[in-house]
Amino acid sequence: MTSAISVSALVKTFGRVRALDGLDLEVEAGEVHGFLGPNGSGKSTTIRVLLGLLRADSGAVSLLGGNPWRDAVTLHRRLAYVPGDVNLWPNLTGGEAIDLFGSLRGGLDRQRRDELIQRFQLDPSKRARTYSKGNRQKVAIVAAFASDVELYVLDEPTSGLDPLMEAAFQECVREVKGQGRTVLLSSHIFSEVEALCDRVSIIRQGRTVESGTLAQLRHLTRTSVSVETTLPITGLADLPGVHDVDATATHATFAVDTAELNNALAYLTQFDVRALSSAPPSLEELFLRHYGDELAGAVR
Amino acid sequence: MNSAFTGTGRLARLALRRDRVQLPVWILSTVALGAFARSALDTQYPTEADRLAVLRVAVDTPAVLMFRAAPTGTSTGEMTAFGILAFLAILAGFMSTLAVIRHTRQNEETGRAEMIGATAVGRHAGLTAALVVVVGANVVLGALIALTLVGAGEPAAGSLAAGAGVGAAGIAFAAVAAVAAQLTQSARAANGIAAAVVGASYLVRGVADAFGEVRPNGYTMTSAWPSWLSPIGWTMQMRPFAEGGNRWWVLALPLALLVVAVAAAFALAGRRDVGMGLLADRPGPGQASPALLSPLGLAWRLQRGTALGWGIAIGVFSLVLGSMANAVDDLVAENSGVTGTINDLAGGGAHAIMDAFFGAMMATIGALVAGYLVQALMRPRAEEAGTRAEPVLATATGRLTWLGGHIAVATAGAVAMLGLAAVAMALVYGLSVHDLGGQLAHLAGTAYLQLPAVLTLAGLAVALFGLVPRFAVGLTWFGFALSFVLGPYGALLGVPESLRELSPFSHTPAVPADATAAPIVVMSAIALVLGAAGLAWFRRRDLAT
Ligand SMILES: Nc1ncnc2c1ncn2[C@@H]1O[C@H](COP(=O)(O)OP(=O)(O)O)[C@@H](O)[C@H]1O
Ligand SMILES: [Mg+2]
Repeated sequence: MTSAISVSALVKTFGRVRALDGLDLEVEAGEVHGFLGPNGSGKSTTIRVLLGLLRADSGAVSLLGGNPWRDAVTLHRRLAYVPGDVNLWPNLTGGEAIDLFGSLRGGLDRQRRDELIQRFQLDPSKRARTYSKGNRQKVAIVAAFASDVELYVLDEPTSGLDPLMEAAFQECVREVKGQGRTVLLSSHIFSEVEALCDRVSIIRQGRTVESGTLAQLRHLTRTSVSVETTLPITGLADLPGVHDVDATATHATFAVDTAELNNALAYLTQFDVRALSSAPPSLEELFLRHYGDELAGAVR
Repeated sequence: MNSAFTGTGRLARLALRRDRVQLPVWILSTVALGAFARSALDTQYPTEADRLAVLRVAVDTPAVLMFRAAPTGTSTGEMTAFGILAFLAILAGFMSTLAVIRHTRQNEETGRAEMIGATAVGRHAGLTAALVVVVGANVVLGALIALTLVGAGEPAAGSLAAGAGVGAAGIAFAAVAAVAAQLTQSARAANGIAAAVVGASYLVRGVADAFGEVRPNGYTMTSAWPSWLSPIGWTMQMRPFAEGGNRWWVLALPLALLVVAVAAAFALAGRRDVGMGLLADRPGPGQASPALLSPLGLAWRLQRGTALGWGIAIGVFSLVLGSMANAVDDLVAENSGVTGTINDLAGGGAHAIMDAFFGAMMATIGALVAGYLVQALMRPRAEEAGTRAEPVLATATGRLTWLGGHIAVATAGAVAMLGLAAVAMALVYGLSVHDLGGQLAHLAGTAYLQLPAVLTLAGLAVALFGLVPRFAVGLTWFGFALSFVLGPYGALLGVPESLRELSPFSHTPAVPADATAAPIVVMSAIALVLGAAGLAWFRRRDLAT
């Protein structure tokens, strides 16, 4: 598989702030790639470097086979971008802004534009200054998905959308994925990433801390288990990979590294299991584990 | 305390904190300009006889009256008021309107007011806090002006009247801005309305002075009645230092305006929602017209409001100047002393008097066109800082195309405005002397002599935008102001020759007969180099918010 985006050891500083500190990112052609990280971790900065809006200090960056700084204009014909903070011209209408972005990108599909405006329930004849944040985001989303491009770069595109519009957005992403296009989706919304993404990269303080398919990452997480037995449970806490055991004689709840799940269940059968429920590991949990110590650091 | 005003004190402190640099800089620069004008008098017109000679010419020269004021006497205090007081009132006006709108409409537009409104703050607290701060700033400004005049040896009563007149004008314009802030949804539009009122007040005052009546002594004047319609006229009507002057009761006019306008603003604010204007937004086209769909089309769409506003102002102003030319024409036969003053203003040289008059007037038009061009070239920075440039530059629009579009629109506007000024003056004057074609050609030649200097400032604007985006707006306006303080007004203010050489306008020939190739070529080359450097720097740098 060829990669649509390939970033390695990317460094970007603003004065004394080291926004990106050796970041790596691989996005393969045709995949939806989730880009997760806490506020200020460098997601938007990475995207701006990928779009040639910022210049990398060091590191290798390749986008659709080209150099995003040098070949900006030709590469931009092949991609669509939804910024994290959509600001429009107050006295242009939403419809005008959509047409403008589409045309500057090299043309847009009129029929699809009108259909998307319907789908997102946008009034295109309103001036942008009267739009809420969510409506401004819809303008950028419609303009992006009405363009016939290979790559969609979306920076927290749904942070202002209501659940109905969120569903419409997910539908759009699935459609373009079905057409074999590539999506880089920076997001805060775990359910969205879990629903849409083939692979995920998690960054913190300008570095990539995890990267892989959801299945691979789940492997690194813990499953919560609640179990009831006939015989009293003993020795559970001593098993490898088992944590946070809370047990009365015949009832226990605990978390287990997903890699050790099978061993733990095999061990439990000797106590005659009567009921068992388990909660699958969520991306959110994984994320919190990585940035939990940051929170702890902030409290300290 | 009435609950609508709860939290006014806290908001006023917040506004003061946000303005802790801006307001002192405005106040101190205004005071410094006044002090400078006063001290320049001692070297320029040291004796009573000098001053008398100047005023005798001035009262017969509408253009001078228009830009200065109606003189009230020959004392140094009266001369200072004649020379600079109307300018100081303009500065106080802009300080006040910008500050009021910054702390009211701009807060609403950015949503800050909504956050604040959700806390324990009364509905009228925001506007009241803004007015308290701005009225306070004007009181400080007036007091400092009075103090510096007393320090320069002027009588206390006249100094206080001069300071109070300027401060009161600022307060009157603050009241105007308070109403403007209720009318529109965008801070830009509110600022536009308020600035138009300040500009119109200056023009009305100027016309009233130009058409004033000369008193029997032959060197002092009574302004025509429209002066009473203008807050800047009120400043002059206080007649500081004059015999029978220091008319304190005139201060009742700006204070009455304040009371009425604030009552109106509160009433309007009570009838609308936070964030909305009274002039509601109508829906627009649901689709873009093809004319919008290019970097150039977008630049024109974003700049056309600015261009239209300046174009109308410059057109009307040129019509007024053209009609004043008729009056000057009539004067020439009667008074040869006028020739000297106008020639001085036009930068020396012995030309036919009408040439010199138009040269001097076109220099003023040149300043206005430069003001337009600088403002238009601030647009790319506003686009960048407002993160509206980012999504455009993420399309197949190159940086040079994007910035080049803005430069092209702005420059074309400046060229058109110089032409418009020539046409407007030629229409009024040329028709009255039955030589439209000849006057048009001649005036167009005179007008376009201003272009190289205007473009040099444009080059500076582009270069600063490319090199130091975050400071570009302030530095460019500073360069603009400096080029006038050093250039056209430098002679009046007594600036030494070597410093005056720095301004492009010092190298601008006033009339075609004076023109030589060298300064025109050199200035055009400097403009091109600065512009090209700015483009190159912009292409190499990060986008900066
Ligand atoms: N133009 C800039 N100047 C200075 N610091 C910046 C600039 N842009 C981003 N930063 C800093 O870089 C870090 C990463 O920011 P950003 O990429 O916006 O994070 P994210 O999008 O993940 O929330 C933050 O610490 C932010 O303050
Ligand atoms: Mg971000």
